[in-house]
This record gives sequence, C-alpha cells and structure tokens, in this order.
Amino acid sequence: MKRVYVNEQWCLGCHLCEYNCAFANSGLTDMVKALKDKPIYPRVHIEQSGDITYAVSCRHCKDPLCVKSCIAGAINKQDGIVKIDKNKCVGCLTCVLVCPYGAVRPGPTGVAQKCELCLENSCGEPACVKGCPNNAIVYEER
Amino acid sequence: MSKYVIIGNGVAAAGCIEGIRSADKESEITVISAEKHPVYSRPLISYYLEGKTTLEKMNYRSLDFYDKNNTELIYATAEKIDAKKGEVTFDGKKTTFDKLCLATGSSPFIPKMNGLENVKSKFTFMTMDDSLALEKALKKDSRVLIIGAGLIGLKCAEGILGRVGSVTVCDLADRVLSSILDSECADVMQKHLESKGIKFLLSDSAESFEKNKAKMKSGETVEFDILVLAVGVRANVQLAKDAGAEVNRGIIIGTKMQTTLENVYAAGDCTEGFDSSAGANRVLAILPNAYMQGYCAGVNMAGGESSITNAIPMNSIGFFGLHCTSAGSYFAKGEGEIYEEKICGGIKRLYIKDDRLTGYIIIGDVTGAGIYTRLIREKTDLSGVNVDELKKDATLAIFLPETRRKMLGGVV
Repeated sequence: MKRVYVNEQWCLGCHLCEYNCAFANSGLTDMVKALKDKPIYPRVHIEQSGDITYAVSCRHCKDPLCVKSCIAGAINKQDGIVKIDKNKCVGCLTCVLVCPYGAVRPGPTGVAQKCELCLENSCGEPACVKGCPNNAIVYEER
Repeated sequence: MSKYVIIGNGVAAAGCIEGIRSADKESEITVISAEKHPVYSRPLISYYLEGKTTLEKMNYRSLDFYDKNNTELIYATAEKIDAKKGEVTFDGKKTTFDKLCLATGSSPFIPKMNGLENVKSKFTFMTMDDSLALEKALKKDSRVLIIGAGLIGLKCAEGILGRVGSVTVCDLADRVLSSILDSECADVMQKHLESKGIKFLLSDSAESFEKNKAKMKSGETVEFDILVLAVGVRANVQLAKDAGAEVNRGIIIGTKMQTTLENVYAAGDCTEGFDSSAGANRVLAILPNAYMQGYCAGVNMAGGESSITNAIPMNSIGFFGLHCTSAGSYFAKGEGEIYEEKICGGIKRLYIKDDRLTGYIIIGDVTGAGIYTRLIREKTDLSGVNVDELKKDATLAIFLPETRRKMLGGVV
C-alpha cells in the first residue's frame, strides 16, 4: 500500500509540512483563520540535529505497538492504516509511551493524534507531501 | 480442528482470541468469564467516574466481537482444571479443551486490619462493578479515605475528587506511585496532586478502624464516610496452582506463554514472565503486556510460532492534565549516571548504565517518550551516540543516517 516516506537528503527544514498538515486537519477552509496566531498541532514534525533535518510521521507499522497497547481499545488498523478513534481515546498517552518513532502526540484537546494519511480530510491525500517544495516527503508504494 | 478454552475475559483474553484467529479461523473457542460483561477497558473505570468516558465507550472491542470471532462467551466461575484430561469445571458443569489459556487477572489484596469489619461503606477499585458500586455511594460532601497511593488508589482519587467533599490518601511507602516513580519524581507528582486538593498521609498506615474512623499508626485519626482499599493486587493463581502448574507470585510462563502444564498457557496480570530490563522474572501487570501475551499465547495455541523476550515494565499515566511516562528499571545513586532535568511543570530523569538506557521517568511534556522506551526495550548501545543530545530530546537523531533511512523510508 502507499505510505508516506522521507528522503532525508532533500529536506530543507522549512516546516511547511507541519503547517500544511495542521491546516488540512483543521476542518477549516481558510489557512489564515486555521493557523494564524494559534498553537498548531501537526501530525508530522521536523526533527533537527546539526545540519540534518527530516520529517517524522506515523509509519503505519506492520505490527503496531500503539494498537496493541491502547488501554481504551481506541486504536486499530484498517486497510493498512493505523487510526485513532477520537471518541474512545481518553488521552492516557500510552501510545506516546510505546511509539518507537515518537510519531504519536497529544492533540489540542489532549486526545492522541497521528498521521492518518489525510484520506478522510479535505485534502484527500497527504498534505505534507503535496506541499513539500523539494520532494523530501513522498507518498508511494515501496 | 481443536477446541480452545480461555478462562478470564479481560484484555489478555481478547488478545488470545485474536491470536488464535490469526492462525485458526475455524475451531471452537469458549471463554469463561467470572465478570458478567463483555471485554472492557479496565483502566478506564476511573475515567468513567471522572466523566471522561461512558460505559458504552469502555467496551474494548465492538459488541459483535465474540460473534465475529465465532467465540462462545459463558458467564460463570471456573472451579477446576484437569490438565491431563483436558477438562475445565465451572458452575458444576464441564467442558473439554485441547488448549487452554489462563487469563485470570488479579484481585485486590486486603491485608488484615483491625476493625475493618466495622466499616460499612468500603470498596475496592478493580472492576467495572467496583466502580459502579463506588459511584452509588459518592455524595457531594463525602469524606473519602483511600488506602494506597499507587496507580489504582491515585487514579481513583482523581476520578472522584470532583464529586466528593474531600479525598485523603495514605500509604505505607514514603512516596506516591512507589512502583513506578523514584523519590524525586514522586515529589513532583505529589505536589501537583496536593495542589488539586488531595491530602496525603505517607509513611503511615491504618492501625484500626471504627465505623467512620481510622486510627493511623502516626497517632492521627482520619474520619471518613467512604473507604477505598487500594493497597495492592495479587495475581489470581489458585486455579493454576490446584491444577499443578508452577506458580510463584504469578503463574510461571515461558517465552511462548506456556505454563509448566502441557497444553496450558497463561497471559496477563496472572502471570510472572521475564522482565528484560531487570533480567529477572516479574509480574508485569500492565495492559499492553496483557494484550501482547494473550495474542502470543493464542498464536501458539493455534499451532503458530510466537514468543516474547523483550517485555519491560512501562507506564503512561496522567493526573489532572499532568502526564507521566516511565519505563524500564532504575538503580541506586552511584551505580550509573542519573541525568536529571527540570522541564516545564515537571521533571525528567534518565538512568544510564554501561552505555545503555535502563530506565526513565518523564513528568510533564512526554512528547517522543516512545523513543526512550524503545532504547530500553531494544537495549540499544549508546556508545558513539551523542548522548547529550539524547538526554535533552527524544528524537530519531541519535540513530545513524542509514538506520533512520530504514525507519522513515522503508516498510516497518
């Protein structure tokens, strides 16, 4: 199945992926209204070490620890995509405790969130990939 | 065709059903459940009292879970196992099995305390029914005394604080959450809980009870309307023991979740398995472990191959918005490096020894904590790693570029 992959050597560290992600998942149609002067909670984040930067988002693992560990039974995998049921999640962050990539994080309401490939939001395809100016994040079969 | 029986109906049992079905879609599965509920998320009982979830949302799986998995659910108490004959007796009836999984969980431990029988309004806090019973007793002006400042006692305190007059928690230990926090971190969490209105009596225990009064060892008297007993839990091992299985503090299991009895497996809080961070056997009574052990047992019961060799203690728990994650094993001062950093509203402590992260505690912003957990689980060699950077932030930057390329550019 298609997943989001990172080409570290192309990453400029511009953080556009974070903004595009936060906008795509905001439910709003105006990017300014969605992001200006607000704390943002993107589901992809840039890590930096010296000159190296790269994006990190959910790997949709074959054997996801978050799914097995969720104390509320709120995380499951459907058609290869790991999804969090926001209604069931109580924000205990056990998924944050176990995610080996640091890719699950608390969202604005305290409930956990992570990349779900933008398949159910207005973007319809990963917004981080769509907006990446240097092909440092791609959405493809590998 | 085989016949599978699972005793217990918690998360380990759900894992076992899913493990069996990953390898065997046809054979009959019977679950014998002493609690009269479909599998629910046990740790959510405090969230229920706090109004953060509902009984419906507490269902761990959808309501058609048993039907979909062609599993018969029987509400009954298992009384006896005959491993040789492959028989389980429950409520005077018998059923046979080819493979059995014990997922019997644990029960509250109540030490002998003088006069406890005089207390009318007393509760334990383990099950959905416990939670519902406690809820009925809660009144706006109730004074609640909780015996035990561990995970169960404090989650209970958080859950009910907004619905009662006062909550006092006592514990024999000198700190809160003594099973998962060191003194420094416990201090931070205690202050936070106190700022929310919970009162503590630590290094203290109840010597005797009258109807509404506890006389403490320290000489203090605590008056209460409701008493919650959250001293600790004990693995439910009696069935296994009577059947001849080797039992210590939990049912002894190997890496495939097999007990010492042929065709009998065990999973979850009733077991004692290997803690790879401590290099010793321990009861690892945590939900992720229960699920993973159950699943592993199920795969093996159905003739597949599965084992667990890297289980570690780990916890994520929050109180009134302050989060805490912890994993692995700690050591005494002087046995290795203990890195400490005061972070916004909290504290972070990393235990590093022989170029390995052996344990950590973060209270506050727990972002990325899973990377620390991973380093403990995988016993990652930190020689050659920029450890200063690692201490500050849990990121993937500590891995070599080619390792990271596999993580972020490969199918994992």
